[in-house]
Amino acid sequence: MISFVTRRLLASIPTLLAVLTLVFIIVRIVPGDPAMVILGDQATPEAAAALRARLGLDVPIWTQYFRFISAALTGDFGASMVTSRPILEEVAAVLPHTVDLTLAAMLVGVVVGVPVGIWAALHRNGVIDVAARLLSLIGLSFPVFVSGIFLLLAFALHWRIFPVIGSAELNDIPDRLYKLVLPALTLGLVMAAYITRVTRSAMLASLSEDYIRTARAKGVPWRRVVWVHGLRNASLPIVTVVGLYVGILIGNSVLTEIVFNRPGLGKVIVGALNQRDYTMLQGLMVIYCFIIVVVNLITDLLYGVLDPRVKQA
Amino acid sequence: MTPIRRALMRATSNPTTTAGAIITLLIVAAAVLAPFLAPYDPTEQDIIARLQGPSDEFLLGTDQFGRDILSRLMWGAQISLTVSLGAIAAAIVIGGVIGMVSGYIGGKFDLIVMQTMDVLLSFPSLILGLIVVALLGPDLINLVIAIALTAIAPFARIARAPTLVLKERAFVEAGHALGYSHTRIIFRHILPNILSELLVMGSLWMATAVRTEASLSFIGLGVKPPTPTWGGMTRDGFENILDAPWLAIFPGIAILLLVLGLNMVGDGLRDATDPKLRNE
Repeated sequence: MISFVTRRLLASIPTLLAVLTLVFIIVRIVPGDPAMVILGDQATPEAAAALRARLGLDVPIWTQYFRFISAALTGDFGASMVTSRPILEEVAAVLPHTVDLTLAAMLVGVVVGVPVGIWAALHRNGVIDVAARLLSLIGLSFPVFVSGIFLLLAFALHWRIFPVIGSAELNDIPDRLYKLVLPALTLGLVMAAYITRVTRSAMLASLSEDYIRTARAKGVPWRRVVWVHGLRNASLPIVTVVGLYVGILIGNSVLTEIVFNRPGLGKVIVGALNQRDYTMLQGLMVIYCFIIVVVNLITDLLYGVLDPRVKQA
Repeated sequence: MTPIRRALMRATSNPTTTAGAIITLLIVAAAVLAPFLAPYDPTEQDIIARLQGPSDEFLLGTDQFGRDILSRLMWGAQISLTVSLGAIAAAIVIGGVIGMVSGYIGGKFDLIVMQTMDVLLSFPSLILGLIVVALLGPDLINLVIAIALTAIAPFARIARAPTLVLKERAFVEAGHALGYSHTRIIFRHILPNILSELLVMGSLWMATAVRTEASLSFIGLGVKPPTPTWGGMTRDGFENILDAPWLAIFPGIAILLLVLGLNMVGDGLRDATDPKLRNE
């Protein structure tokens, strides 16, 4: 197990380096001089030169690159161009809200998606199956900002069950959970739709295997056959989809945070875009990619736990 | 019967696919015929008629500037469809070529190219689109570039896998023996074998592209106002949600319908071309 983990960890290093390089390139493709953009057209050349020096833009591009990579590898993403506060500090301040939202959405996705997917697979081509397939198709066609607005209109403005604004104090746990319900549903329903589809097809494949027939033949109760023998073998594709979906989840969380006016990474990134805060954008992109790389790593490790054959490969 | 015709027949015999195709075609028709059918000028303001609910005069009501929602939706469909079609066409061509060439050449080159594609895949796609549009500036061409960029890697993967198998086949070897150039073998002999797969995937990705374009315009990074975009209209409606909820509801439904229609068509085409499902 340890060598498996080490191998996977080592394999993610080149990816991380490549991601950092790509981020560096993307931010520098920007037309125009960032110093002039920040200071405006009226700035004197001296002021622009001073700002370039402060931002480290006055040295050759290769020096900038090596400085950026070595700083990023030690967890130093520099300071925001606008507020001058360290980027990690700004991110850490809002991260709990985004983590709340994404984890709750994943929970909604799994809790709704897996049972519905299994149910549909067990009633293949029946009414339940057709309904589940149609609903999941509609669910994954919803742009989250549209489903968010619809939920907001129904449950916050019409019936007034939930609050319109979704931000709460972090240490007031009941309030925090209460305000999380609508945003988490918004973000989670799309995920539930994906998981339903994958669970259904994975269960159909797994239930037609020989070991299922064997389990039934030796008298294992049907419920246990489905939930233990069937689901365990269907779990690999489900885990894959949940892992792949994290990227979409992160993008969608930006939209959800806008609709529900929640603090979080999404609001930070939109703010940074509006103010052309390049160092902040650069830092945020690295952090987002880092999250994706870590999630991929966890997915890989889960494969090893769920299917011991993977570890030998 | 050719495989494509057989797949089309299978696809049209499925009610979901047919329904999806009808929804999509109706929206395409509304977009194309907008200059003739739209009851009003989509950018003409009428301050006296602002924020009106649906009525005989304005079927879907008016927005905060008194502009007719129905007309704006019809014109907005043009933007959604143009941007998505442009982005996906670009992604199919660029991703397809990258995937085929990479798989055909193989070896270290293939390894490096595919690693690069994996890096591109590890960016959350909406965030990548967001940053690219914000850096390049929000206009139609840049939206196409940004959305294409998020879709190139998956198409490269889809094109590469069958190329790896096809390049070992006898007909490719025969091409080499006849002295055909690599370009000719790739585009005349390998491409026709993977084209249907790329196009099916393209129809599914069209749905994603429409959603991404709408999301970017909702954030404020779409084609600039006063040009109507569905995402931008939803945003305007959202800002007036207490006074005029229909302002956000109608464009929201329009986006949902187009994405749903495209997904239904894409699903049907995929099932119809999937060899695993062929004998069901």
